Amino acid sequence: MSEEFKIEIVNPEKSFLVKEDVSEVVVPAFEGEMGILKDHISIISFLKPGIIKVSSKSGDENYYVEDGIVEFKNNNLSILTSSIYNLSDMDKSVQQDLLKKAEEEAGKSDINDQAKYLVDQKIEVLKTLN
Amino acid sequence: MASLDDLKKRIASVKSTQKITKAMKMVAAAKLRKAQESAEKGRPYSEKMNNVILNLSSGISDKENAPKLLAGTRQDKVHLCVVMTSDRGLCGGFNSNIIKKAKSYFSKILDENKELKIITVGSKGNDQLKRTYGDKIIENISFKESKNANYFDADKVGKIIIEKFEAGEFDVCTIFYNKFKNVITQIPQAQQIIPLNDEGNENSSDESYEFEPDEDEILSNLLPKNISTQIFKAMLENSASEQGSRMSAMDNATRNAGEMVDKLTIEYNRSRQAAITKELIEIISGAESL
Repeated sequence: MSEEFKIEIVNPEKSFLVKEDVSEVVVPAFEGEMGILKDHISIISFLKPGIIKVSSKSGDENYYVEDGIVEFKNNNLSILTSSIYNLSDMDKSVQQDLLKKAEEEAGKSDINDQAKYLVDQKIEVLKTLN
Repeated sequence: MASLDDLKKRIASVKSTQKITKAMKMVAAAKLRKAQESAEKGRPYSEKMNNVILNLSSGISDKENAPKLLAGTRQDKVHLCVVMTSDRGLCGGFNSNIIKKAKSYFSKILDENKELKIITVGSKGNDQLKRTYGDKIIENISFKESKNANYFDADKVGKIIIEKFEAGEFDVCTIFYNKFKNVITQIPQAQQIIPLNDEGNENSSDESYEFEPDEDEILSNLLPKNISTQIFKAMLENSASEQGSRMSAMDNATRNAGEMVDKLTIEYNRSRQAAITKELIEIISGAESL
């Protein structure tokens, strides 16, 4: 029996990625990393900044996301996100830009706790990329 | 009667107008293809978003304490209308259709003695509305410098709306835009985004989901995003509609100019012939009198 399921990543502009044969996906869910395998229970969660790891027969792919929503149902995984980058063709300069923006935001004085937490996460992840 | 020279000049000027409208039609057709494509590509996102929210809201147990963006303020006093139009003219009835729709809604609200606030997106709508509803317009947003509809712009508008909602400035928010059906038909739409109208509830399954973290937290995170998504959808539909509308308007204009050139050419030929005939008569009658 196959252990594969379908993943679809969409951003507002287009369908970013559609794959029928993924075996495991690790997403940076809000309350910690979450691995999803076939026949996972139906779940809705949202993402914090981090790396989505998609494993399939053709190899692993990594994507950097800043936010998003995950929905898993009937072996269909949908990820909605407004900012996603494929790590393999992500430019160093893009990373630097994002990092700079995040650091600027973290430096603001009127930032609330949750936003601060998210920005810190972002900075941490971006730093490990470089 | 206009002299030959005048006619000639008019024909030349109509011809050059025709050239411009023809070029504009071509440009609109090219842009339309792109806009239509991105409108189609953008659909899955907003559909999925809607689905998730429907599933979430049907799963919510405590309707009383549901987030305000979903349930509304339980009041119906102040209406905020976001009128989305284009920044450029020469696109047929595109802007007027939205404005007409919006105005009929405005007068309904004012008749019911409710307060009205307007945000215009796009400068054409602002131009048309500020004459009658100038005092009601609280903000005018325009994205003249961005070429295509993009999510960041939509997000900006969404944030403004949410900010105002959280400050308690309005109870109900409706957006006005043109839905793209095909090149000749665009349907002006009024869509209520706050509180969320759960029309088309039929596909909300009663399947149970696991939520992480709990429903409330996800919802309160998701709903603001949904506002931006809906606005982005409206922007995409609008830009496809604008190009479609411009294309058919410019097509008509090109055809009209062609007809006008034909008519003017006939008139030109007639009067030239009349002048020749007159000269001939003069010569003949001159010769006869000798």
